[in-house]
Amino acid sequence: MEAILSSFLTKYNYWVFIGLVMIGLYALIAKRNLVKKIIGMNIAQTAVILFYVSIGAKQGSTIPILDSSHGHDAHHAVQAIDYINPLPHVLMLTAIVVSVATLGVALALAIKVYQQYGTLEEDEIQAQIDKT
Amino acid sequence: MTAHYSALLIVVPLVVAFMVTIAGWIDKRWCFPLSAAALLATFLASVGVLAEVQQNGVVEYFMAGWEPPVGINLRVDHLNGIVLVAIAAVALLNLLGTRPIVEKTYADRLGAFYTLYILLVTGLLGITATGDAFNLYVLIEIAALTGYALIGMGPGRASLSSLNYLFMGTVGASLYLLGVGYLYLATGTLNMVDLAARLPEIYDSRLVLSAFILCLAGLCLKMGFFPLHAWLPNAYAHAPSPVSSLVAPLVTKVMIYVMVRVMLTVFTPVFAFERLQLGGSMVWLAVIAIVAGSFLALSTRRLKRMLTFIIVAEVGYMVGGFWLGNRAGISGAILHIVNDAAMTFCVFLAAAAIQQRNEGETIDDLQGLFAKMPVTMAVFVVGGLSIIGVPPTCGFFSKWYLISGGLAAGHYGFVAALLFSSLINLVLFFRIFEIAFFEPFTDHHGGHGHGGEGVHGVAIEEAPLQMLVVMVTAAVMLFALGLYAGDIVEGFVTHVIPAGIL
Amino acid sequence: MEPIYSFKPLAAILVSLIAAPFIFGSRSPNVREGWTFLAALIKFALVGSMLPAVLAGQEFSYTLARVLPGLSLTLRVDAFGMLFALVSSSLWIVTSAYSIGYMRGLDEHAQNRYFTCFAISLSATLGVAFAGNLLTLYLFYEMLSLATYPLVAHHQDREARTSGRKYLLYTVGASIGLVLPAMLMVYHLTGDLAFAPQGVLAGHATRTTVAVLLFMFVFGFAKAAVMPLHSWLPAAMVAPTPVSALLHAVAVVKVGVFSIFRTLSGIFGTDLLADLNLGVWVTAVASVTILTGSLIALSQDNLKRRLAFSTIAQLSYIVLGVGLLSAKGLTGGMIHIAMHAFGKITLFFCAGAIFVATGKKNISEMTGLGRRMPITMGAFFIGALSVIGLPPTGGFLSKWYLALGSLEANQWPILVVLLTSSLLNAFYFLPVVYKAFFCTEQESLFTGPRKEPPRWCLVPPVITAVCSVVLFFYPQPFLKLARMAAAALGG
Repeated sequence: MEAILSSFLTKYNYWVFIGLVMIGLYALIAKRNLVKKIIGMNIAQTAVILFYVSIGAKQGSTIPILDSSHGHDAHHAVQAIDYINPLPHVLMLTAIVVSVATLGVALALAIKVYQQYGTLEEDEIQAQIDKT
Repeated sequence: MTAHYSALLIVVPLVVAFMVTIAGWIDKRWCFPLSAAALLATFLASVGVLAEVQQNGVVEYFMAGWEPPVGINLRVDHLNGIVLVAIAAVALLNLLGTRPIVEKTYADRLGAFYTLYILLVTGLLGITATGDAFNLYVLIEIAALTGYALIGMGPGRASLSSLNYLFMGTVGASLYLLGVGYLYLATGTLNMVDLAARLPEIYDSRLVLSAFILCLAGLCLKMGFFPLHAWLPNAYAHAPSPVSSLVAPLVTKVMIYVMVRVMLTVFTPVFAFERLQLGGSMVWLAVIAIVAGSFLALSTRRLKRMLTFIIVAEVGYMVGGFWLGNRAGISGAILHIVNDAAMTFCVFLAAAAIQQRNEGETIDDLQGLFAKMPVTMAVFVVGGLSIIGVPPTCGFFSKWYLISGGLAAGHYGFVAALLFSSLINLVLFFRIFEIAFFEPFTDHHGGHGHGGEGVHGVAIEEAPLQMLVVMVTAAVMLFALGLYAGDIVEGFVTHVIPAGIL
Repeated sequence: MEPIYSFKPLAAILVSLIAAPFIFGSRSPNVREGWTFLAALIKFALVGSMLPAVLAGQEFSYTLARVLPGLSLTLRVDAFGMLFALVSSSLWIVTSAYSIGYMRGLDEHAQNRYFTCFAISLSATLGVAFAGNLLTLYLFYEMLSLATYPLVAHHQDREARTSGRKYLLYTVGASIGLVLPAMLMVYHLTGDLAFAPQGVLAGHATRTTVAVLLFMFVFGFAKAAVMPLHSWLPAAMVAPTPVSALLHAVAVVKVGVFSIFRTLSGIFGTDLLADLNLGVWVTAVASVTILTGSLIALSQDNLKRRLAFSTIAQLSYIVLGVGLLSAKGLTGGMIHIAMHAFGKITLFFCAGAIFVATGKKNISEMTGLGRRMPITMGAFFIGALSVIGLPPTGGFLSKWYLALGSLEANQWPILVVLLTSSLLNAFYFLPVVYKAFFCTEQESLFTGPRKEPPRWCLVPPVITAVCSVVLFFYPQPFLKLARMAAAALGG
């Protein structure tokens, strides 16, 4: 019990992101409204981004910018432990762009669907399709 | 120049895509020639890369000169070399062939259409060429986003289908991204070759196992592997014809390539086949996919929908063949990536030509089509025969490898599923041929008295010449790929398969 | 002896394939038929030009493409292939002439398509004859199925569709469902598919496996119409008569038995079958088909259907020949390909000629026909004699060899089957002839002067009937080729 609790507390960031992914997937699967689905999708994507961001972070470390005043030989003194890992964060810049673009395309498609059927409820759209 | 072929593959279409947008604003007439020139250049570059690979082995290119692990590299070997050529060729041919339809349907949006088209191709080429696991994700999303937009341009249910595709596609890509995140956590690198080097030490860790499962699940979703195929039939069937003849042959096949790449290069066969002992169950899933895809295809009377279910079955062919884990099976799967791209392209292009002339979309609307569109139907027949697996079309030879793989692995369920699916395909295509050939019935004995003229004296209403030329080229390609199957396998596919696999 | 590497076999196959687009694109019937004859003559000449060398014991070979590692599309002309090629290419010329008379006489539609498909079918037939390995054979076998489909379905009405469907389902379905996996099994077991004089399978498989493969091949080549996969053949009789004549008495069905023959001798090997005592099963299956087919033929009133069931029975004679596994039996089976071809094509030509001249299809309506069309019915009589196996016709020879073969193999029951079947053949053919000639004035359904069919329809059956008789007195080169082939197989 204690072990579980401690794993929960020390790695709470992972649990948060698991929770977020689940919320997102739930909305994506269970909700019948297209915009709610889109929101769910975006939550899930954001959760993945958060996960990446959190794996780059380290306790007690700082942003990875080297102080130039140390001169050239300062490079040898750089300790990786002092800095957070920048790579996941850089990657996530791209992933954020991707997720925003996906959101944009999804909303555009949703608008098109709305123009076509006059509703965003899947059940009603399905009813209209079945009718034709 | 030659050293940059692999970069040109991606840079040229990327740059031209923006030029096409600008051309769309200034003068729409420039859109098509620009796109065609870009894809032609891409095609030539892909052939150039392949030739280089053939000569010197693996070609590596470091974007902007940054070497891994800092930079992103393009890495072309025998496996993606042939996939690149297939993508570039299909994209170019489809662009040329569907021009009449595109210019008629999207006269006001030519710039947008061709920009998306080229970007999609760029994405697919990038997915294939890249040597970086994260870069792969970004390119998957580029290809997917442009694909959603292109499919959404269609009429009727296209936008809804595209939105559903987007949901599934995003989930698939996110799963893959998560898997890559786990791999990064475990190894600290994203470069495929580095990953492969560092993973063996930690094969036993649960992190790697989770990464593996997430990647595989994401890719199965993206490739439409039954039962994760739900998005595929709607999206491909409702897409505009010129788009479905691009995405249907390429997108699922490229995703299968990614699976092969991730399994062979990143996780290595030792892990995928020997450690996990996953092969058997994956092949059985593939068997289910093949059988289910065949039945679903049988259950619909709508032409394009039927073809999309055939794709679902074909995905089963390739996944099953790969997970057999032996030389013949993997060769068959890789060969089938190329062959299936060619034959799916052939039938979808013919379907596009048919639908352009015919208002209806069910196979019952194809009555009398052999008389009306003899060339189109001839091409459709060739494509159909290849999908059925009649020699000397290429479909026979990949099926040959797949079945020999099944026999070598002693997996008779897979063998039976392949044969069953061939027979169902026979029924599927001859059902169409019958309708197009026999109906509408005449009252007496096949309309005597016409001498040598066309059947029933129906006037010929063929597709535009440009389409016909491309279609016939595609049909001839099916024979060429078939007759050179031995050379393709010996020249390329065998180099791909790791030495440990028998 | 090293085979001669030559382009000729491929050329012989390609001739009609190259002619196909020209035939299809012809604007006038005369041009179309000109192309057909040109292709047929060149084909025959090419086949004939290889004959002397083959008779001298030479072989020709040509490799088309290496489609799979260690496996190529290879052509190889040996004595047996030569025999079959000679039969089909010579009869194509005669049938082309007959087609002209028949198709024009009935004013059929889509004649360009008809002649085109005919040309393609002949390419496929020669491809099967010259195939050097099982893969090549399979390729041309499938090509033949597909090329003949439009011919079977020529009339494009409901009946044609049903028959066409049946035709495809049986021939292509069986080849994909049985031959393809069997072929892959063989390849998997041996790594080779080339036809070798004593087979490739020996020492690679257990008796059970060999037996299963054997049946997959015998039934999988459904074009041979071995029961129970025979019912496509009567159904295919909806096709125009020249198609039934050349394809469903000669090319297509003989491709079926040829394939069985080749596979059993070249893949399994006669020694292996003899060692495992599997030949008996083949003869048993063939005997059942022979007797059942003949019995069903007795009850058919439609002349073409009766001929079709007769063909089913006669094809199994050839299968029987290979099942006997004795030199005489093999020889008999092989020359039966030629002898039955000339006899049966005559009968079909006559049936078609009767249809063109009188519109009659049923035997009960043909009483007294001999008075109206004595030449046609005379040819019919000779054809019937040949199929029954009575001298002085070629059919006698093949049955003689088969009977000798059954004695050589010590299989008395087979001899009984052969004799019973001949008797049944006589029962279902001779009354037709008898009623046509020897009926009273009152019984005769035909009055008036002699009226033979158009010349194009009359001459071909006369030629093939004469050939049937000539083959009795001078059975060369077929007999020599068959003996050479049988000797090579060493049964």
